Amino acid sequence: MIPLDTVPLETVLPVAASGLFSLAWLMIAIPLAGAGLLLVLGRRSDSWGHLLGALAPIASFVIGLVLFIELLGRDPSQRNVSVPVYDFIDLGSWHLGIDLQVDQLSILFVLLVTFVGSLIHIYSIGYMAHDPHRRRFFGYLNLFIASMLILVLADNYLMLFIGWEGVGLCSYLLIGFWYQRPAAAAAGNKAFIMNRIGDLGLTMAIFTMLAQFGTVNFTQVSQRAPGLSGSWAALLGFMLLLAACGKSAQFPLQDWLMDAMEGPTPVSALIHAATMVTAGVYLVVRSHAIYAQSYSATLAVAIIGTITLLMGAWIGSTKKDIKRVLAGSTMSQIGYMMLAAGLGPIGATFAIFHLITHGAFKANMFLGAGSVMHGTGDDTDMYHFGALAKVMPLTFWTFACGYLAIIGFPFTSGYFSKDHIIEAAFDTGPVFGVLALIGAGITAYYMTRLMVLTFLGQRRWRTGVHPHESPATMTVPLIVLAILSIGAGLVMTGWIGDWLAPATGSHPEHTGVLHISVIGVITLVVVAAGVVTGWLTNRHGVPSEEPATSNPVALIGRNDIYGRAIDDAVVVRPATALAHGISSFDSSAVDGGAMGTAGVMAGLGTALRKLQNGYVRSYGLHTAIGVVVVGVVVILGRMA
Amino acid sequence: MISALLTAGSTASPIPLELPVPLEITAPKLEYGILAPLMIMMVAACLSVLVEAFVPRQSRRPVQIGLTLVALVAALIGTLNSWSGASYQLAAQQTLALDAPSYATWALLLIFSIGVVVLFAERNGSTETAFVASASSVPGSATEREATAAHQEQTEVYPLMLFSVFGMMMFAASNELIVMFVALEIFSLPLYLLCGLGRRRRLISQEAALKYFLLGALSSAVFLYGVALLYGASGSFELASIDSAMTAQPGSSRIALAGMGLVCVGLLFKVGAVPFHTWVPDVYTGAPSPVTAFMSVATKIAGVVAMVRVLYVGLGALRWDWQPLVAVLAVATMAVGCLVGLVQTDMKRLLAYSSIAHAGFMLVGIAGAYTVQTGMTQGSSGSFSSVMVYLIGYGLATIGMFVIIMMVRKSGGESNEIASWAGLGRRHPWLGAVVTLFMLSFAGIPLTFGFIGKLLVLTAGWRGGWAWLSLLGVLFSAVAAFFYLRVVAVVFFRSPGPAAEAVEVSPISTGSWLVLVICALATLGLGLYPQPLIDVFDHAATFLR
Repeated sequence: MIPLDTVPLETVLPVAASGLFSLAWLMIAIPLAGAGLLLVLGRRSDSWGHLLGALAPIASFVIGLVLFIELLGRDPSQRNVSVPVYDFIDLGSWHLGIDLQVDQLSILFVLLVTFVGSLIHIYSIGYMAHDPHRRRFFGYLNLFIASMLILVLADNYLMLFIGWEGVGLCSYLLIGFWYQRPAAAAAGNKAFIMNRIGDLGLTMAIFTMLAQFGTVNFTQVSQRAPGLSGSWAALLGFMLLLAACGKSAQFPLQDWLMDAMEGPTPVSALIHAATMVTAGVYLVVRSHAIYAQSYSATLAVAIIGTITLLMGAWIGSTKKDIKRVLAGSTMSQIGYMMLAAGLGPIGATFAIFHLITHGAFKANMFLGAGSVMHGTGDDTDMYHFGALAKVMPLTFWTFACGYLAIIGFPFTSGYFSKDHIIEAAFDTGPVFGVLALIGAGITAYYMTRLMVLTFLGQRRWRTGVHPHESPATMTVPLIVLAILSIGAGLVMTGWIGDWLAPATGSHPEHTGVLHISVIGVITLVVVAAGVVTGWLTNRHGVPSEEPATSNPVALIGRNDIYGRAIDDAVVVRPATALAHGISSFDSSAVDGGAMGTAGVMAGLGTALRKLQNGYVRSYGLHTAIGVVVVGVVVILGRMA
Repeated sequence: MISALLTAGSTASPIPLELPVPLEITAPKLEYGILAPLMIMMVAACLSVLVEAFVPRQSRRPVQIGLTLVALVAALIGTLNSWSGASYQLAAQQTLALDAPSYATWALLLIFSIGVVVLFAERNGSTETAFVASASSVPGSATEREATAAHQEQTEVYPLMLFSVFGMMMFAASNELIVMFVALEIFSLPLYLLCGLGRRRRLISQEAALKYFLLGALSSAVFLYGVALLYGASGSFELASIDSAMTAQPGSSRIALAGMGLVCVGLLFKVGAVPFHTWVPDVYTGAPSPVTAFMSVATKIAGVVAMVRVLYVGLGALRWDWQPLVAVLAVATMAVGCLVGLVQTDMKRLLAYSSIAHAGFMLVGIAGAYTVQTGMTQGSSGSFSSVMVYLIGYGLATIGMFVIIMMVRKSGGESNEIASWAGLGRRHPWLGAVVTLFMLSFAGIPLTFGFIGKLLVLTAGWRGGWAWLSLLGVLFSAVAAFFYLRVVAVVFFRSPGPAAEAVEVSPISTGSWLVLVICALATLGLGLYPQPLIDVFDHAATFLR
């Protein structure tokens, strides 16, 4: 264990909670109570359950906003607030408390989760209006909000893990919400099982921290990390990266995210775009002190991020399903965040910046896609759309705002956040920079393709489909998110660097809003090229069914770059083989009475059971033998 | 009666024989204020017998239930009052140690007994309790049929239970071995009777009662012999005097060792530790379910506390001798409980082995003997408080499970085959969820109170210097998890076979619902927020000497 006092104190120590901060636990408790109420009351709450469900995240958001304003008014050294909730268990030397940490990083997440969460709850009132199980849906959503807040407000890795598992559970429940559909049920299972692999990384990391630091508290880990040996730091870094890859759908654990699109669209927007899938980035940024000790682990983060950003963009360029294009895009954008997180302290700030803007504009586009599906009878095939801009103007214009943001149109939110990442990548290594730049170009291409296929061009609607604009409960959230997509970057760009500096250990450099660099200009040119390509190739002569292709690039993309095959080879087949092996071993062991744990245990149990023959005389004899045994043990104890 | 007992106990100090003994009986000094809970139980039990004699048959049931509940609640209030007032002293001529551990034990016994009374009164929506209509009738005879047809009810179960609780309270608080022996008999004899009062399968029930009686008598004899030997070695029955006698002669005599061993045998029998566990499966299975619930919780509490008191207070000087003994038996108990539990097919039998296994885990904590005397800081979790916390978790889950056992029925009464529970969770999701919760708590899975108990007990063993024992405890808790989770798998994932088709969930009284809900909520709630309760018992761990 590394003693505390040999290490220079660079980390900001949390200050005790006072006033409103001691109520921070309410942010978690309210949605948790909402979930409990909706799930326990069952059908009795069907008529009003969705309203209660929607109020819960709004209440949490209000509390979060008040705390945020409070933090804004404080001196930077006072912005890391520790909120003890209760002592879980105290064994003297080993103490485990349920404590929250409200600091610059977690409060941003709280705002993102509760604000986007509230909008998506409201949207779902309309979207799920005809679903008989809408109340259950809201129960799960509330449970998700509570779990996600536990994840980001935890002040130690163990509690983070509880939230981590909680969001995983909700993800499983919500992907498989329409479990009557085999594809949805299978997708839920896949997401859950693939996440197990990542969770293994997190549990191993927690055990390693307990062994190396004797604590899993964020602040203490940060303080003691500089004393870590290089190989332990690298090992810890890789374990945490494995965890992040599972949760954030990064290569090689990325494939579950595509299947997760089987869930209802608000779920895709909330969990699989804006919040849960970014938890891996949060984990890496939170663990910055560990990554600071290991160059190889940091480099690995950047490499994984780069691979995934290109893979996601590739997949997004070839899909016909609007939600899967967006899923590929999500993967790709999280790849950018990972890349940024792997660029060291300054990148971490940009990673969080991009995470927040992405949360807004991707949720915007997913909800837009949901609105399109709502209007076209739950169709997701873009070859069946076309010219929807005229019949769904609100959806189109809000979607367009998201589109401009993701391609990085000047002064939209994505422009500020993504350009920073590309520049920082060039600063660190030209290879990363060039690849990130190429990714930006492909992003522009596939997003333009999506826009053109869906909203412009010729109408290719199926017969009997009458696209129509969605109700206000759905369009109002879209408008709010569209405003954020455009404006959030402009508001935050000059501020977020300073704000996050203490939490990410970075030293911000100040760039003005009108900051123009060579790389920024090149990026704009590449993006423009992508847009033009996307426009020209999809403008005319679009078939009403996806055309067959022999183009290997398109084929590979349509098959998710064979992610499923990789999963099969690496996970499914070995696991099945192992299960078969164990099963046959077990049955032969038990049936044949051969050696084997289960067999021996059961055999021993059966043998001991024979002593229990029901005759009281035997029992009396056992007691007498017991007395002798006691005597022998006492005598032996004396002799020993 | 009580004063006679207490004077008998007070003649402990040896009187020189050559002096003429003056024929003078001094009245014993009794501390009525703090002895009130004991006296309430005693008086209520006697009153309850009178109710049987004088109250007409139709109104006996409500009167008895009311009297029992009032007595239990009054005794509980008295206990809590003395406990919160910290009125600790050696009472009744130094024969009873009314200290924090005693009050804590009394409180637990009384609270769990209130839950058990509700089960005693449970009629499952019909007019029949779990007890036989007329205990004196020969099974299968015409008298039995008449009594059943007349909806008679054996309301003597309530006075029997009151006597038993009274005995247990005295047992746990005894500061003197003779009083402890008397208390042991007071609480055991009513239990023997209660075991034989099953309504269904009466012969098995009576057989269980007889077995329990015979083996109980055997163990009592062994215990009494041990007491005699300890008296021979130390010249006293009082725990503190025995301890000082042992401390005075460091290489203590073989007689003292033999006495220690035999007293341990008597106590281990009551706790249900291997190899003195043989009565447990048969008696638990044969006895009516409410009685099994009472035995498995209350007897365990009283036995464990009495054992801790005798070992820590009276035989503290012989620690190096009894620690290996308890450790070895702990391993044997955990092993037998967990392994034989794996192959059980009957729910009550499974719980019997589960209770044996739990006794083993508690023995780990007891063997650790982590107390203030062995380097624990005052007010932190030591052996005694961890065992108490363990008992609470175990008691909550056990009583809850017995409510469910009484609910799951077929036409011939309770349906105890595990196979017949198949698919229960699918038809009754909430019931399935509660079963799962209790099983997880038994298995010691985090976020249930069972986990906290297991963690504390194993930590106490570890801190006491018995690391290998604690590690074995972890290993066996993994084995035990297997058979508890098997129940969950049956309840949720096994398709109901022909045996399960006939099974239905019968209605239960509001009181039983309340007991079930409280047990479930407490198991979960205390699992999430255990520290305040742990603190309470951490500060109630000092035995008066």
